[in-house]
Amino acid sequence: MTAATQTSAQNAGRRLSPNTSRALFALGFAALFALVSGGVIFACYGKNPFEAYWLMAQGAFGSWYSLTEVLVKAAPFTYTGLAVALAATMQLWNIGCEGQLVMGGVFATGTALFIVPESPALVALPAVIIAGALGGALWALVPAVLKVTSRVSEILSTLLLNYVAIIFMEHLFYGPWRDPAGMGFPGTAMISEAAQLPRLFGTRLHPGLIGALFFALLLYWVMSRSAWGYRVRTAGKGPQAARYAGFDSGRLTLTAMAVSGALAGLAGMAEITGLHHRLQAGLAIGYGYDGIIVAFLARLNPLAVPVAAVALGGLMVGGEQLQSRLGLPASISMALEAALLFGVLGGEALARWRERRNALRAAAVGNEDSPAGSTTDTQDGSQEDRNVR
Amino acid sequence: MFGDAAFILQISLKSSVAVLLAALGETLAERSGVLNLGLEGMMLMGALTGFAVGYATGNPWLAVTASCFVGGAMALIHAFFSITLKANQVLSGLSLTMLGMGLSNFLGRGVIGRSGIRLGQMPIPGLSDIPLLGKAVFTQSIFAYAGIVFTVLLALYLSRSRQGLMIRAVGEDAAAADTAGINVVRVRYICTVVGGMLSGLGGAYLSLVYTPGWKEGMTAGQGWIAIAMVVFATWKPSRVLVGALLFGLLTSLQFYFQVTGVELVPVYVLRMLPYLLTIAVLVLVNRVLMRRGADGASGPADLGVPFSRS
Repeated sequence: MTAATQTSAQNAGRRLSPNTSRALFALGFAALFALVSGGVIFACYGKNPFEAYWLMAQGAFGSWYSLTEVLVKAAPFTYTGLAVALAATMQLWNIGCEGQLVMGGVFATGTALFIVPESPALVALPAVIIAGALGGALWALVPAVLKVTSRVSEILSTLLLNYVAIIFMEHLFYGPWRDPAGMGFPGTAMISEAAQLPRLFGTRLHPGLIGALFFALLLYWVMSRSAWGYRVRTAGKGPQAARYAGFDSGRLTLTAMAVSGALAGLAGMAEITGLHHRLQAGLAIGYGYDGIIVAFLARLNPLAVPVAAVALGGLMVGGEQLQSRLGLPASISMALEAALLFGVLGGEALARWRERRNALRAAAVGNEDSPAGSTTDTQDGSQEDRNVR
Repeated sequence: MFGDAAFILQISLKSSVAVLLAALGETLAERSGVLNLGLEGMMLMGALTGFAVGYATGNPWLAVTASCFVGGAMALIHAFFSITLKANQVLSGLSLTMLGMGLSNFLGRGVIGRSGIRLGQMPIPGLSDIPLLGKAVFTQSIFAYAGIVFTVLLALYLSRSRQGLMIRAVGEDAAAADTAGINVVRVRYICTVVGGMLSGLGGAYLSLVYTPGWKEGMTAGQGWIAIAMVVFATWKPSRVLVGALLFGLLTSLQFYFQVTGVELVPVYVLRMLPYLLTIAVLVLVNRVLMRRGADGASGPADLGVPFSRS
């Protein structure tokens, strides 16, 4: 395994020092790249890029209220970011967080409405939380089983199931679960107050965020200290590594995807119990896809995921400001997200190139007559790409 | 009875064109060893460009050309990241999809709901007079005919021509192809960009012919279905056509049930079917290949592996 990206990711921060400079370099480059790309777009629209960015920053971090809105968005981003990061550590691509989030929301709502409608909070909340995690886990298990039994690429199966989950959810709130007292409004009835997460400080903040932080710490601990985490990291080094270590990578695929799906399901659960209080159209708005950005900005390190989630939350909330203040569609944030991800990829490549050049130089200085560079990683990244299908 | 069958056949063909074009493009790119998951994004940008240019100029040829150009330009981004920078192709492709989704939503905000040009059907003289079949098969848009022609051309090109052999060599074993004097980087760039142009064309079909107009996310996952189609087709253009027609048939049944009011299956299940059956087909193909002793559907040996001369 030569890819330093993978090593840094798998060690989840345990050997930070050699990789920190590379990580910072790649992230710095990504930020710069996204800023410049966005600036070009703003300029094309005849807006002053500096003014636009200033508005975005102010809109996201300029007031106590906007800051809490950023944190409200950071909660689902953290859950889905952790979900993607966990799977990717094992070289599994969970692009189905959107569907798992939806199914988490569906299970949570269904439980709240039909199983524990009258129960006190002490019963209702745990039931709804478990249901949310279960919904996501079950939905993620489908592609995991297909991968293990029939080697179906999880990239395609997880993604296609997103569409299925969303259609299923729409069917529920347009059809059998529609609120009879809702005057034709497409959505279920409100869940009972006992099943709702309390709001904090009179804002839209809810304990879902605290849960997200808890799971970030827990996942970090599990990945770095537990036997299961060790296996996941080993399996991420390639199929041979798992075979040599002598464990069943099929079963590991199932458990890792289930946990990953459960995390995404919790995102949906928290959105329902903390914000929407009913199943309605606003649940599937791309938070699952945002998790991919968060995970790779955080370089798959669970502890860095909440930080990346706040950054992305800022981008989203700031982007909404552009809509109200400059009349620019808020969807610019999604284009900027893509630019960020491209920036990370570009930054990685640049860092790799820089390290290789330095290694060549060092080799040339240290040993004049041996062919330099033969020890550096020329096939960098090929191993991780092998497993795509 | 026959009328219904002809109706279903016509709508099947009509519904398969965008997926067919995109999947043919992806086949070309993947045969050269580049996995491009950005199809959905390229199709969306192609759809928006086709509609917007047609709306602004009223010239269908300009609209189609612009769509191809934009699709190719987006593929060029992926090519640069995955070939030149040797970045992870999955991530680069996903970024491209997000870029296409975000950018098309952003740029297209102003033209939502406008009515632009629409390209109608072009009956083939003579053939279209055949009863039933003529109306179903030979009264389609120019895109449908082009899709069939491209399928044949790509199949022949890949299997018979010298350049096709070069492309396959690059996809199977880039290092060996390089040793044999083939310019791996150039072959991969060209295949990726031409593949992107076909995706852009598929997008233009959606916004100019299939459902004229621009709607956010109007591709509805067809880009992803197209990628799955390539696996289903085991990287063979002729089988891509079969897969696309199957997809078209499903979509047409949806229409048929809606029009006739027959509800054999609930509407929401019908809406899920294209995605579910795509997954089912992937399972089936992998199972069959595994039974034959292959390691699942894996495609060209060097698919997704960046090439670097060491």
